[in-house]
This record gives sequence, structure tokens and C-alpha cells, in this order.
Amino acid sequence: MTSSLATVSYIGATILFILSLGGLAHPETARRGNLFGIAGMSIAVLATVFGPQVGMGGIPWIVIALVIGAAVGLYAAKKVQMTQMPELVALMHSLVGLAACLVGFASYVDTSVVFPTAAEKTIHEVEIYIGILIGAVTFSGSLVAFAKLSGKLGGKPLLLPARHWLNLAGLVLVILLGRWFLNTHSIWAGMALLLVMTVIALAFGVHMVMAIGGADMPVVVSMLNSYSGWAAAATGFMLGNDLLIVVGALVGSSGAILSYIMCRAMNRNFISVIAGGFGSGGGASVTAADGSEPAGEVTSISAVDTADLLRDAKNVVIVPGYGMAVAQAQHVVCEIVNVLRGQGVAVRFAIHPVAGRMPGHMNVLLAEAKVPYDIVLEMDEINEDFPDTDVAIVIGANDIVNPAAQEDPGSPIAGMPVLEVWKARTSIVMKRSMASGYAGVDNPLFYKENNRMLFGDARKMLDEVLGALSA
Amino acid sequence: MSLLIGIPKETFAGEKRVASVPEVVVKLVKLGFAVAVESSAGEAANFADEDYRAAGAEVLPGAADVWARADIVFKVRPPTLDEVGMLREGATLIGFVWPAQHPELMEALQARKATVLAIDCLPRQLSRAQKMDALSSMAGISGYRAVIEAANAFGRFFNGQITAAGKIPPARVFIAGAGVAGLAAIGTAANLGAVVRANDTRAEVADQVVSLGGEFVKVDYDEEGSGGGGYAKVMSEGFQAAQRAMYAREAKDADIVITTALIPGKPAPKLITAEMVQSMKPGSVIVDLAAEQGGNCELTVPGEAVVRHGVTIIGYTDLVSRLARQSSTLYSNNLLRLTEELCKAKDGNIVVNFEDDAIRGLTVVKEGELTWPAPPPKLPAASTKSKASNAPLTAPKGHGHGAGEPMSVKSLAIVFGVGALLFLLVGLYAPASFLTHFTVFVLACFVGYMVVWNVTPSLHTPLMSVTNAISSIIAIGALVQIAPPLADGAGDRPGGLIGVLAFVAITLTAVNMFGGFAVTRRMLAMFRK
Repeated sequence: MTSSLATVSYIGATILFILSLGGLAHPETARRGNLFGIAGMSIAVLATVFGPQVGMGGIPWIVIALVIGAAVGLYAAKKVQMTQMPELVALMHSLVGLAACLVGFASYVDTSVVFPTAAEKTIHEVEIYIGILIGAVTFSGSLVAFAKLSGKLGGKPLLLPARHWLNLAGLVLVILLGRWFLNTHSIWAGMALLLVMTVIALAFGVHMVMAIGGADMPVVVSMLNSYSGWAAAATGFMLGNDLLIVVGALVGSSGAILSYIMCRAMNRNFISVIAGGFGSGGGASVTAADGSEPAGEVTSISAVDTADLLRDAKNVVIVPGYGMAVAQAQHVVCEIVNVLRGQGVAVRFAIHPVAGRMPGHMNVLLAEAKVPYDIVLEMDEINEDFPDTDVAIVIGANDIVNPAAQEDPGSPIAGMPVLEVWKARTSIVMKRSMASGYAGVDNPLFYKENNRMLFGDARKMLDEVLGALSA
Repeated sequence: MSLLIGIPKETFAGEKRVASVPEVVVKLVKLGFAVAVESSAGEAANFADEDYRAAGAEVLPGAADVWARADIVFKVRPPTLDEVGMLREGATLIGFVWPAQHPELMEALQARKATVLAIDCLPRQLSRAQKMDALSSMAGISGYRAVIEAANAFGRFFNGQITAAGKIPPARVFIAGAGVAGLAAIGTAANLGAVVRANDTRAEVADQVVSLGGEFVKVDYDEEGSGGGGYAKVMSEGFQAAQRAMYAREAKDADIVITTALIPGKPAPKLITAEMVQSMKPGSVIVDLAAEQGGNCELTVPGEAVVRHGVTIIGYTDLVSRLARQSSTLYSNNLLRLTEELCKAKDGNIVVNFEDDAIRGLTVVKEGELTWPAPPPKLPAASTKSKASNAPLTAPKGHGHGAGEPMSVKSLAIVFGVGALLFLLVGLYAPASFLTHFTVFVLACFVGYMVVWNVTPSLHTPLMSVTNAISSIIAIGALVQIAPPLADGAGDRPGGLIGVLAFVAITLTAVNMFGGFAVTRRMLAMFRK
């Protein structure tokens, strides 16, 4: 295959990737979008393998590597539970990060590339340096995010003293090392510097994600997604490969926008999420919240009474949260919805943009349980319907239905848009206990006159509700 | 030391309720109180003395014993002066009192140095007070019973039917006043299948009327009739004229009229005149729930059912007692909630805390001193304030689609300035080969930006997993390194090391590539309409 043919193939692959992202705009076209992505990737890989840059000797190795990787990847994709999606995605980001590092090192030790000018060589080295930096941060950050999401590490933010200074010191060190690196001429000295920098970058990635609380995980996951894109783009620069640059930039900017959308849904500043430590936002807000502790008593309700309420209702809205994912309750929820709909009750789902641990997490779970997506609505679509709702059921969610966000300017989550379930005639909150949510903020909703608490494991309680409904 | 709650038998003629039922007695005992019940106090409501004993209460033979020993007396009806005479000095009385209507009773209670909590004085607008609102729970019962009484006196079905024996039109029910009683009546009549129309001077209840299956009839006159505390106020002359015309029209068409209009501290408004009764079809029924306060109909005889101009006019004042078991249960639950508020420590002692708006409003006499009428609770001011502060907080909730509201000119200028500076730096120092890549890079960023804004939030997870899969394009980097066709001059290339690195990188990205696309496929297959 000639060089021109390879380039044209790359352009075709690029177009397919753009169409792929565009296709995901709507559920109807999303499957086609995924196929476009697969086609683009196949073309890109084939064009490279049979292109002018790969010699015949490499092909067996490439095939072996691809077969091993494909086996592992397909197995993981088949086995993963839908509730574990966030972990899987985080883990996969770490692979991209690691690959970017490896490619960077390989590119540095590759002496076969000759540069016409010194400036170009410098730029090449800067590219390698940045590529490895981003790759390493993505790698270790994603691993920590994976550990947090899968519960191997606690969700609480780890806040070292003077953590901002630590980060700043790391950054300065990395820049100084970078200068030194550009001025070394021996490959092995440069290699040593690169390794030191990689260690610092790895530590930085760990520290960054450790400092971010569980509630901000949707932002982190999409941010790491963005990083893996930038890592690919940096690799593209270092290898002079336009396809890598384009695709990396696509992925990077899409991840960045997704993070931004998530932040806006929580009414949080992007920088402050990344800087980490939610809920620790200074003593001031905590004391302010203390002043207006929600007072009153909590009224609990049994599963049977819940079923009665549901049966008598005309209009029901279900608000799922992370608790539903943890309890794997989405299938029971779906059955309850089917029973209720069969009895002529209008049931809809209200999804908060940051419900769950990953953007769109709830939608995926509900789709897995075969809940038709036209009754699954976004916050903005459904918020004004709560006053006409007879029963609003909150399944394992807390902060996203906290009225303090609107009523208490001193609350740490003040100003975050929330689902106004307390405006429904009756709201039922399913929770294990009275513990507060990830934001660590008490929820005045529980004490409202028209609110009932259904304590217990969401799955078990919903099973009982379903039993009572079908009886 | 735990206090003794006394429950005497109600002495008012025709009163069948009892202030506490056995199942609530159990809970009072749990709160730490001792309970004494007069023998046969619950008989009329179908609760035997045995039931009370089983619930942990002591049953005393005579009323005098109960009154003399009790620290707290639970009553339904206001006590007679004789009963107050038996009340222990310094004891507490909880029940309906109607202080405005019973000045001499109030004096007698003060003379006994009593503390009196009048359940009828509860500040009903406090949402926290709803669980204690006995007026509402009793009104709900009387509204239900009013429909049942009407059905009893009415010679036809409520629901329309088409049978072999002919077509039966549904009964037309008109309900004046959509308070708790009116709403209960609307719901009950609608459930029986009648066509229900209702009116209230407070326009805000229209939705509630509709939600229960009724139709709201408006008066053709603009005036808002909400008078605070959940009651209606007296309306202007012009409004009343328009209202009379509407009532005349509705009464003429209706088979059954149920009136529930009350204005606190005033005789009930006369809504249905004698002429209106005359215009109604023979066999029609009027149930006047305001009979005790003089009645909403001019021809009502309180306490009796009479027939005037062929129309049965029911003015029973004991509708609630006609469902004595139900009403006693609800009433004693209201008192239980109140007792819980008074006894937060659950130690069988009560604290009359005047800081609590609900308790303050209820207390009409405290230790012999008149504390009625209570100052209005602070709540309404607080709620308007919170409404005002809601507005600015909920305003910034832009989300997801489109680039949101445009940036301010200032921040736009800053962004453009920084961008220009960066481009200047790049342009000054970077070689031409870099610039072609840079062009591609910047354009690709913009394409990504434009494309991703359109993705619906429900697909954010598939989007992430597909972009993740696409980012394994980094494999290309490793592919071109693994075994490039080498020029002769580059003999010292450490091919082995590069090969290993590249091999590992390809394996890793292949995991991501195949796994990412497969999992996205799996997810998307689940989305269905």
C-alpha cells in the first residue's frame, strides 16, 4: 500500500470517527454510530499495518498482540455487569494512558528518526515529554478511580495537608526536569530524567484522584477520558501522525465537554472539582449548615403501604440514584413499572445529570432492565411536573433531591440544581439508614411532612413492594 | 414520676365518640403515661372496657374518680361547668374548647388554675401541625357521612346506568365550600358515580376539586376569598350577589346539595334561600354541614331532617358521631401526636413549650392565666422569604444542550486575547512541519466540541465508552514503531527494546479497542423505545 493510499484511508477513518460521535446524539442512530467507530478503527489499523511504515517482519507480532488483547477485551466486555460500567471504563482509560507512556519511551529511544533542524528535534522531545506526562497521569489516576469506584478504596476524599502546594511543587519540578531533559544529549541520561518525571506524574495522578470525593466521580471519569484523548493527540504530534492528532483531539475535547456538563449540573466550578476535596470546602459552609439543622421527625412507611400508595396514584415519578445501582434493583423497578403501567398508572423516571458514578449511569441501568427510554426524562424536562405528581419514589439517592440546595444558602451544595421531589403530594425515600449522602450534607427532605422513609435494602424492599402490588 | 391521663365518658347528648381508643392507649403507655378510663366510655364507639384493660389502662367506675385523679384529661366535646368543677386544680385539659363561644367555661377553667390545650385553636397553616389537626380529620368524616346521609334520603342511584329496564341518569351533586369536609364529600360522591360540581370562594382550591373528580364552578366576579388560617373570609356585596345567582342556578339543576361553608367566629353564611329550595326538584336532598352554626340553608333545622317544598333538608349535627369508631380513632391519633409533641423526652411528663408555634397556638389557658387568642405564628413571613430566596438560587440551572447562555463580552475578550497570544507564540517559534499538525489539531478540537454538545444526556455513558474505544487509536503509534522498514543508515536503533515496548502497547490498546466497542454495542442494544 502506498503512502498516499494510507493517508486517504486515514482521512476516511477520521470521517468515520466523527460520524460515530455524531451518531451517538440520539438513541436511534447510536448503534450505527458504534458501527462507524468500529469501521473507522479497522480501516485505520489495516491501513497502518499494510502501509509503508510497517515492515513485513512486524506483522506476526502485531497479530499476536491483537489476538491477546482482543481476547481479554471481549471477555471483559461480555462479563461486566452493567452496574460495574464506571469501573470498567476507568480501567480502560488506564490502559490507554499506559500505552501512551510506552509509545513515548519507544519513540525517545528510537534513533532512526532524523531531524533536519535543532528546533524540530526540540519540539519532538517536548512532545515526547508531554505525551509521557499525560499518559502517566491518566494511567495512575484511572487506576485510583477504578479502585474507588469498585469499592477497593473508600469514597472519601483524601486530603493531604498543603495538597495544593504539593501539586504546585510537582508541576515546578516537572518543568525544571523538562528543561534539563531538553539540554541532555545522551540518550540514557535523558531516559533517566524521563523515568523520574514519570514517577512524579504517576504520584500526581494518584494524588489528584484521591483528593476527589465519590460524588464527583462522574466528573473524574469523563475527565480521565479526556486525558486519554490528549495523550493520544500528544503521541500523534510526536510521531507526526495526523490521524492520531485528530482522533485524540476529538476524544479529548468530548471528554472535556462532558466534564464541563457534569460540573454545570452540580453548579460547581470545574477547577474546584479537579483541585479536589468536595465537602471539605472550608469550615465556613459547614458551620453555616449547622445553624439550620433540619429538625423534626422522620415518618417511616412499610413496603405494603408503599404499594397501596402506588396503586392509588395516577402519576408516579421514580428518581433512581447510585443506591439502585448498588442494590442491582433496576430489574425489580422495571417490573414494578410494568405492573403499574398495566393498571393505568402513569410512571416516569426522573434522571439527575449526576445521578450515579458516571455520566448517564442511570440511563444505562434502566435500559438494561428494558425500561422504555421515552418514559425516562431529564431533570429539566420533569422538574416542573412534580406538583402534579401523586407519588415520587427516590431509590438510593440523596444529594440530588436535597431541598437544602435551594433553601439554605449556607449549605455546601447550595445552588446545585436538584429534583424537586418534595413538591409531589407524597415522596417516598428508600434508604438503608439515615446516613447522609456523598456530599456529607443532611437532607431536610426526610423531615418534610409529606415525605415517608422506606428503610432497608432497595432490592429487598422493592421486591416486597412488587409482591404487594401483584397480590 | 409519670402523669395520669384520664378519659371520661362524653356527656353531651348524642355524642358517641371517645377521646382515646385502646390502640392509642397502648402508645400513650409506651410514652410513659398511666391511663385511666371511665367505665363504658368507649361503649358507644364499640370499644369495651375489656379492650382498654388489655391495652394497659385502668378502668374506673365513675366520672368523678377520673376527673379527680387525672393530671391530664382528654376530652372530645368542651367540658360542662359541672365537669370543670370536678377537675383537679392545676390539671391539664386537652380537647375541643371553642373559647370564643364559651366565655363562662373559660372563666371556670381559669379559676381551677388549669392548663387548657384547645385542639380547635391549632394554627392549621403550620404544616407541622397537620398531624394534630382534629378539625380536619373530623371534617373529613362529616363530609363522607354527609354524602352517605344524602344517598340514604335520595330516591335514586348516584351513578348513571343503561339497563334493560331503562336509562338511569347520574345524580347531580353540588357542593358549596371545598374545605376538608367539602373535598371529602366531593371524593365520596364522585366515587359513587355522581356528577359533582363544587364552589369555594378561595380560587386556589379549584385544582383540588378537579383532582378528586369534581368540577369547579366559578363565580363571575373577581375577588380572592382566602382569609388566612385556611378559612374563607366574608366577601363583598357585589361578589355575594354574583354568588347568589350562581347558587340559584346550581341548586335548580342539582339533585343533591351539600353545604359546608363556615367562617370562624361568625354564624354560617346563608347560601341557600327558601326560593332556591322551592326551585329544586321534588325528592332532592340538601345536607347542611353548617347546621350547628345556624346552617347555610334558611330552612335548616339543626339536629333534624325535615322536608320542605318536597326537598329533604338534613341538618344533623352528629354526623361525626354516626361514625363513632372511625372518628374516635382519628381523633385519638391527633391527640397522641399532640402528646408526643408535649412529651419529647418520652418520660410520661409534659412540657408546654411556648417557643413552639403549634403548642403556643393551642394553649388557651396556662396555669390559670388566659393565653388566648395566641399571637399569629411567625411562619407565613418565613415562607414568603424562602420563596423570594428560591428565585435567584434556582435561576442558574442551564444545562446540557447547546452552548448555554452566551458568555459575557468581558470573558469572551479574555478568552480571545489569551488564544491570540498563544497562537502568536506558536507562530513565532514553531517550524512549518509542526504548524500543519497544529492546524489539524485545532480544527479537530472544534469538531469534537460541536459534535459532543448534541449528545443526549441519556447516552453519556455509551459516548464515554465509545470515545474510550476510539482513543485506542494510539495503537497506530505502537504499530508504526514495532517494525518500520529501516533505512540503511540507522543501524544503532535499539530495535529489541522498542519492539517489546510497542508489543505491550499494542496488546494493551487492543484490549481497550475490542473491549470498548463490544461493551458499547452491548449497552446500545439495550436502549429501546
